[in-house]
Amino acid sequence: MSDTTQSGPVLAADGTPLKRSLARALRMQKVRALMLIAPLLIFILLTFILPIADMLFRSVENRIVSDTLSETVVTLRDWDPITGEAPDEAVFESLYYDMFVAAEAKEHTKLGTRLNYEQTGISSLFRSSGRKLDDIGEDHVKALEKAGDGALKDEALWFEIMTGGSSGAGDSALLEAQRTKMAQLTGEDFSADIGFVPGAEISDLFPRMAMAYTDFALFTAVMDEDTVSEEDPWETVFVAFAQEVQAPGGAEKLAAYTGPGAAELTAAAEALAGLEPVSFKASFLDLDEDWGDVGNWRTIQTYSPTYTSGYFLNSIDMQKGTDGAEARPENQQIYITLFKRTMFMSLVITASCIVLGYPVAWILANLPTRSANLLMILVLLPFWTSLLVRTSAWKVMLQQQGVINDVLVWLGLVADDARLVMINNQFGTIVAMTHILLPFMILPMYSVMQTINPTYLRAAKSLGATNWTAFWRVYFPQSVPGIGAGSILVFILSIGYYITPEIVGGTKGVFISNRIAYHISSSLNWGLAAALGTILLAVVLLLYWAYDKIVGIDNVKLG
Amino acid sequence: MADASMTDAFVEFERVQKSYDGETLVVKDLNLTMPKGEFLTMLGPSGSGKTTCLMMLAGFETATHGDIRLAGTSINNIPPHKRGIGMVFQNYALFPHMTIAENLSFPLEVRGMGKSEREQKVKRALDMVEMGTFGGRRPAQLSGGQQQRVALARALVFEPELVLMDEPLGALDKQLREKMQFEITHLAHELGITTVYVTHDQTEALTMSDRVAVFNDGRIQQLAPPDQLYEEPANSFVAQFIGENNTLEGVVKEISKNHALVQLDDGEVIDCMPVNVTEAGQRTRVSIRPERVEYNKERLQEGAHTLKAEVLEFIYMGDIFRTRLRVAGNDEFIIKTRNAPDQVRLKPGQQIEIGWLPEDCRALDA
Repeated sequence: MSDTTQSGPVLAADGTPLKRSLARALRMQKVRALMLIAPLLIFILLTFILPIADMLFRSVENRIVSDTLSETVVTLRDWDPITGEAPDEAVFESLYYDMFVAAEAKEHTKLGTRLNYEQTGISSLFRSSGRKLDDIGEDHVKALEKAGDGALKDEALWFEIMTGGSSGAGDSALLEAQRTKMAQLTGEDFSADIGFVPGAEISDLFPRMAMAYTDFALFTAVMDEDTVSEEDPWETVFVAFAQEVQAPGGAEKLAAYTGPGAAELTAAAEALAGLEPVSFKASFLDLDEDWGDVGNWRTIQTYSPTYTSGYFLNSIDMQKGTDGAEARPENQQIYITLFKRTMFMSLVITASCIVLGYPVAWILANLPTRSANLLMILVLLPFWTSLLVRTSAWKVMLQQQGVINDVLVWLGLVADDARLVMINNQFGTIVAMTHILLPFMILPMYSVMQTINPTYLRAAKSLGATNWTAFWRVYFPQSVPGIGAGSILVFILSIGYYITPEIVGGTKGVFISNRIAYHISSSLNWGLAAALGTILLAVVLLLYWAYDKIVGIDNVKLG
Repeated sequence: MADASMTDAFVEFERVQKSYDGETLVVKDLNLTMPKGEFLTMLGPSGSGKTTCLMMLAGFETATHGDIRLAGTSINNIPPHKRGIGMVFQNYALFPHMTIAENLSFPLEVRGMGKSEREQKVKRALDMVEMGTFGGRRPAQLSGGQQQRVALARALVFEPELVLMDEPLGALDKQLREKMQFEITHLAHELGITTVYVTHDQTEALTMSDRVAVFNDGRIQQLAPPDQLYEEPANSFVAQFIGENNTLEGVVKEISKNHALVQLDDGEVIDCMPVNVTEAGQRTRVSIRPERVEYNKERLQEGAHTLKAEVLEFIYMGDIFRTRLRVAGNDEFIIKTRNAPDQVRLKPGQQIEIGWLPEDCRALDA
């Protein structure tokens, strides 16, 4: 080949640049390798990575407030909690219409539960108010229904009014806006044709009423799967009409209305003559005076955005106050303590595993194969026993009427009335978990020690080192990768351990993971659980990074 | 072999025995005396007890019976780190987590030597093995030969009077091994260190040593300088083990002080030098080195016994010719001849007559 004399790129035998033909050859290998791991990769991606990512996303996600009270969060934006006054009429008006739809869709209790994490009492406020929403504007609704010998009780007439008759133009923009709103609220698909489009004229003159009726229409058609024109409209439609016709300029608008049912609506408006205009604020305060509480409103306002740092603040014992983040009251602080305890206990467990495991690994590595195998079985035996059985066994051993205490009492080392408390505290957790995680420490240590040639020790001794110096200066440094691998395994396993602390930990020996499990399965505060989990994950990654910086991950040998 | 006078004995094994399992002896009744400054090689097949002897000297094994003395004092109960014996291991045993300089500094450090003195000695030791610029590297970054030099420097840096080497060149390729053989012997003689060298490679043993102890079956079969070992093997094991060797079996017919007549199994009679045969009628194994066999009749002594031989194979090896013959029923009889201009190249099938000087043909134990 005359490659050396060529000035251009080196060519392969067929004339293509060598680089490209090499890349092609390697690409085939890569594709083949990728295909081999593809099944596992896809499996892990779908069943592990994606759910975890989704779960972690919940730690900041907060759509529920803006989805449920979509209008209220907008009107509430202008309210300033520093005034110390409850928000004004406009906010309560939005709240009424939002709440009504939410109550129909039974979403308001979920929101109540969510906000209750931040402010105790909101859940019951939402629940009771949702039940009593019909009280608001009750007189107006009754008056309207009686007017004109019950002309407005005719669902077909309402349908006629709201569509603006067959000739009138439709307001499809309003329909689309409400579709989106309902979809967000319920999580259902509202894109289907519902056989109803609000009339442009009515929606222009009485926007609130049109909006209320559109909500009703969508809900009836999609959720109840009924025909819109055959169902009685919601109270909100009546209340909206009363509100809008009694508002300044409302009478003129009605006079200007020429569409279907103009006569019936005019008659109905006259029936309202004796009644005060609807006051939503007063009505809500009548339902429950807690609606006047600034704290409740501040909570709603604080958690209006789609994304929130609230769960994370909560995870580190803080909350959103009037001026940003602030510490929670002393008696509600729990998570920092739990995190610290989890760290501390995991470290203690790791350290005890090192102390107990090192000599065992050393003996394993230095015994003749036959005896080493026997000893190895003894090390692995607990591995093959159910985790629950082992943990329960510790319960039997450690409890106050348990084996250890009985023996101590029998020996006279401990008085019968002063039996040692060794379970349902940190001691119990540490003992049981050290036992359970010990094989994870011994195995990597053993595999590393096996590779350390015994001649190193002989060499050190021949060079004049005492047994201890030879061990400490020559053997130990070479076994550090094993300790490192074991420690990482044990520490990471123990930091997220759940079952054992749950069973033997009592209240003082539980880990952060127990709290996460509680929020996942009992309190259903998944956002907080996700935030705690994210912090735990971050801490582990941080420690891993620090370990890499200090010791170097290349030095870890798992076998 | 124990003729070295007791006054200049530096290393002594006296009636040493070693057993690992309490049933068989790995080392049987070992007696050995080494003067100061000697380079002694323990040579033997694996399992012959040579490494065990070395380990007992280093202190990693304890003698089951007997006494090992170093400079007149018994070291049986002295732990290895107090013996002050330098040792080079088969796989070098350089500490992988330390740099070369730290490796060399280690023996000085454990002796409590000051930092500046340490650095000075480390530098001198590295220069001695021509590795002066490698102090900052790790063992894994060095080639086998370089690691070998470092291991040597480390065994010498604390200036021991006795250095033990356990097959130190086993892992090197042939060329490097030959180079290192020279370097080690030169260094040992220059520094005047007493060296015990263990190997199973007989060439290594012959080229390096002042004396070689051939081990077999837990005993020293022969302890002699290399030339004597090669030319005058004391028994048939040594004759077989050292160098290439032709053997013929037969019965002693006549024996005098320096001459014996041996009747081979096929009835022919040859002249021999009796070594460890004592009386007529004894079975013997006769040993002749391939290069001492002569087929040119003119060069043979008058009246010497000759044997008929058939050429089976001729192998050209460059510097020498190697010819395989059938002699007295033995198909593996080898002769070696120098590739000289006047040398005859034998052809397979050719019938020749071979003979030798009686003193080159040694009648050994059967």
